[in-house]
Amino acid sequence: MSEVRTQPQEAEIWAWLDEVPDPEIPAISLVDLGIIRDVKWAGDVLEVTVTPTYSGCPATSVINFDIEKALRDHGIEQITLKRQLSPPWTTDWLSEKGRAKLEAYGIAPPTDAKGPEKCPHCGGTHLERISQFGSTPCKAQWRCKDCLEPFDYFKCI
Amino acid sequence: MSADLFEFLCRMGDNCLILGHRVSEWCGHAPVLEEDIALANTALDLIGQTQLWLGLAGEVEGKGRSADDLAFLRDAWDFRNVLLVELPNGDFGQTLMRQFLFDAWQELMLSALTQSSEPRVAEIAQKAVKEVAYHVERSGDTVIGLGDGSAESHARMQAALDLLYPYVGELFESDAVDQAMVKAGIAPDPESLRAAYDAKLAQVMGEATLTLPDDRFAHKGGRTGRMHTEHLGHILTEMQWLQRAYPGASW
Repeated sequence: MSEVRTQPQEAEIWAWLDEVPDPEIPAISLVDLGIIRDVKWAGDVLEVTVTPTYSGCPATSVINFDIEKALRDHGIEQITLKRQLSPPWTTDWLSEKGRAKLEAYGIAPPTDAKGPEKCPHCGGTHLERISQFGSTPCKAQWRCKDCLEPFDYFKCI
Repeated sequence: MSADLFEFLCRMGDNCLILGHRVSEWCGHAPVLEEDIALANTALDLIGQTQLWLGLAGEVEGKGRSADDLAFLRDAWDFRNVLLVELPNGDFGQTLMRQFLFDAWQELMLSALTQSSEPRVAEIAQKAVKEVAYHVERSGDTVIGLGDGSAESHARMQAALDLLYPYVGELFESDAVDQAMVKAGIAPDPESLRAAYDAKLAQVMGEATLTLPDDRFAHKGGRTGRMHTEHLGHILTEMQWLQRAYPGASW
């Protein structure tokens, strides 16, 4: 007979996942990023639904690995990861906490306008775009004309 | 029906795969760092979209083939990409001209596919169209910047347009597979996208001070698989080398 164990509550699992950093932007968690869409028990199996940010984002497989590892470390043995494409991920799903952490980390959070609101270093508002693409699929390169520093902008999608 | 859908999905996936591979050839070679990163990111998006299209193609086919199997274990005659995407990169201007000619079509196609009666097609399109909006903005801006640039860049962009325009027509050709897709409400008739495409080209080429060729002759044969250019075999030689040399290798 195997030992009967209580299943951790879903809220507790969300809290664990909120401690798993994004592999490319470790300042924010996977929950902050908004890519974890659902966590639920199906019998003894925990189903975690994940939405990719960009189709070709190379971090996707690392993210799946990190989720699985974190949950195993908390004693969950049976895990199914489901990929959900629809509705597609949007930067609106970034949490408020995540947006604040991004800015503190030096990455301007996404805005509805077509560019960053202010420089994440000095708060300057005289900004110019260097390139629509950046160091990861989700970022663009901008420069502040007040402090002259380049910075990443988390672009809207 | 599923044979036609498989064919359609291979066409969508192979366009992304072959163009993605072509664009990735620029990695480490672009004229400036920002462009290198932009090209690599574009290639990455295209390869990601390939996984979605060919993954679904394998699922629809029902023979247990994965996206990787389709990408790495088919030979040239089974590829269904348009000829435009397999053409060599040429110079930076030619690469960006090809990208714009493709992006402008892909944006229209994906927008239409977001309304597909096949939910799996619609959800891939909804995802990809957001990425392609960035591609077409950048490739269009670059075509304008270089076309309306120096005498040298203008001449090169005009030469690129003259060279590539005869490959545009294939994007809009329609055959029995397309008619089956239209009938099932899965995909639009490619011909129905031409007017909007022409309008986009006229606007961008106008701003770029480039002249669209009058002749609408179209090289064809890629999307039907009847005949590819010699360039496809060379791409596959490089792209498929590892799986050919070490069958079943994985990591």
